[in-house]
Amino acid sequence: MARLMARLGFLASVIAAGFGLASPALAQPTVYIPAILELSGAGAVSGTNFRDGMLMAIEEINAKGGILGRKINNQLLDTQSDASISRAQVQKVLDNNPHVILGPVFSGSVLVSMLLTQQAEIPQIVGGEAAAITQKAHPSIFRTSFGQQFSMPKIANYIRDGIKAKTVAVLWVNNDFGKGGRDNFNKEMAARNIKVVADVSTESGQADFSADVVKIKAANADAIFVYTNEEESARFLREAKKQGIKAPLIGETTLLGQKVIELAGEAANGVRGHVGLTVDAPIPAVKEFAERFRKRFNYVCDHNGIKGYTAVYFIKHVTEKVGKFDSKAFAAAAHGITISPNQEPNILMEATWDKNGDIDRESFLGEVVNGQQKIVEILPKLGK
Amino acid sequence: MASFIQLLVSGLATGAIYALVAVGFTLLWQTSQTINFAQGEFVMLPAFFILAAMNADAPFWLAALIGLALAVVILGALFKIVIVDPMLRYGVLPLVISTIALSLFLKESVKDFYSSQAQPFPALVAATDLQFFGAVISTQSLVVLAVAIATIVMLHVLLNNTRLGRAMQATAQNPTLALILGVPVRRMVLYAFLINAALVAIASILISPIYLAKFTNGETLGMAAFTAAIIGGFNQVRGAIVGGVLLGVLDNLSAAYLSSQYRGAFPLLILVAVILLRPQGLLGRFEERTV
Repeated sequence: MARLMARLGFLASVIAAGFGLASPALAQPTVYIPAILELSGAGAVSGTNFRDGMLMAIEEINAKGGILGRKINNQLLDTQSDASISRAQVQKVLDNNPHVILGPVFSGSVLVSMLLTQQAEIPQIVGGEAAAITQKAHPSIFRTSFGQQFSMPKIANYIRDGIKAKTVAVLWVNNDFGKGGRDNFNKEMAARNIKVVADVSTESGQADFSADVVKIKAANADAIFVYTNEEESARFLREAKKQGIKAPLIGETTLLGQKVIELAGEAANGVRGHVGLTVDAPIPAVKEFAERFRKRFNYVCDHNGIKGYTAVYFIKHVTEKVGKFDSKAFAAAAHGITISPNQEPNILMEATWDKNGDIDRESFLGEVVNGQQKIVEILPKLGK
Repeated sequence: MASFIQLLVSGLATGAIYALVAVGFTLLWQTSQTINFAQGEFVMLPAFFILAAMNADAPFWLAALIGLALAVVILGALFKIVIVDPMLRYGVLPLVISTIALSLFLKESVKDFYSSQAQPFPALVAATDLQFFGAVISTQSLVVLAVAIATIVMLHVLLNNTRLGRAMQATAQNPTLALILGVPVRRMVLYAFLINAALVAIASILISPIYLAKFTNGETLGMAAFTAAIIGGFNQVRGAIVGGVLLGVLDNLSAAYLSSQYRGAFPLLILVAVILLRPQGLLGRFEERTV
């Protein structure tokens, strides 16, 4: 009899499993938050850093029971650093009713894919910095780092007041990120009567920078502003060192990034600039995060790792504030919100999102010294 | 003038690497009618063999030898035995498609099993500079140029001044007649594949410190070398050398003096001009084929 009962019990559990009723663990509802990131191609450095920061936050949140009792169901899709693929991937995840979408990081991919999330009214938390992203009346797009319209005035002030340059050469990557940055930078230079004496466009994935460095060198500018992606930045710095460039090399976040320093080696020493986010920030919470990240993934994360990590905690905080999984309510609540480390310790630094989805928080002036990024000044939030 | 010299030396160094890869294209074509569209990935892969060996604590010189040996076995012998031999009997087109598939396989494998991110790669010599008529010339560029030239000279000597080289040339010109005359044609074809593998491994060691080791490197290199081989003449080793050097120098000069935005277009414009005006390439031999 006992054997019969055991067999019936087993049969009942198999049938229950077939109907999705097997166990509380399996039946627990989840919240679907997919990520569309640059896991290969020219943006792989940015995308993988963002991914790892994001995964760390998801692991932490899920270990503590998830958001509003639901664990995060994350799906990773690779854009291959290609805008058309990113659009297809966003379309794919929209069919599964996501709560929020994370990524992409490349501005070109964001600009192409955000039209879909705009139509679907699904919030999208992106890593892109092109100014145009938050100027297209998307009701639910949110940045994880400064847009160029916020970072370029800071770098322009530094070139005028810190470097005291009268002329500047600009080297930029010919994609949405680079073009947007170059346009904003040149506008800020004109506003400060600093003459742009060389304006050199380069290609994404470009390997040989000898001709570009020759052009820049011939311009004999007081400072050189470099606005390219990680690998191209490293290749440029190596070539600049090879050709003996003496003018200060100034960058915005990427040029002083950990991966650039690793790839460029000694050639990165002396690089200066504005850093929106960095693990070298003199902020205990950021340093503690950086150490946990290094232990978990065995490498030092760059600003994209922080973007990925804080993006997930931004979602958690706003969703818990709304009290339900409602994408439209999420977007409404996120506009104008300020999250401080007192409210959510893992947001790391106080941050405010405005009505367009642009972010404001403290930032830094840095310099690469002996292969390490050194923060020399903390710049306050723009709103303060 | 100083800028011009810098650009010229840098262009020659890059062009010499293109030439090495382009020579491999022409060798395979001449001996076995193989157009290898995975040639760029063949240049990318040895850098990762070397990095893997270095990760296992091998010093750079030993890792380079391991990389060279693995390239010769995998990209030379195995490539011929596993892919070329079974496919070639069905004509050139299936083989071309197979090599395209192979290029994707190699690229994705490196991405999945090593890294999708660029890796720093050690240079043959420390980064120091020489002053020459006001121009700053990097010793790295000079070493790249010297190694590439030495490799090409050795290949030239092998092909023209040794019995083995003449047998390979005979195989390339007329395999049937070479076989009748007692030349071991199959072995000569295998040697061509092994030499190609060695050339791409050397090119990999030379270019990876500049490009950084990355799984996508083959896309640019393969296209540049293929273009160089066509411009110079696909059926002549010396044509591939001229095409490679010409492409490297013109790419640099056009980016500096004409437009950096359109630098990618100039090689293709030259390619179109050569195809229209001299279809056999600058130094190529005109070949007639019956249909």
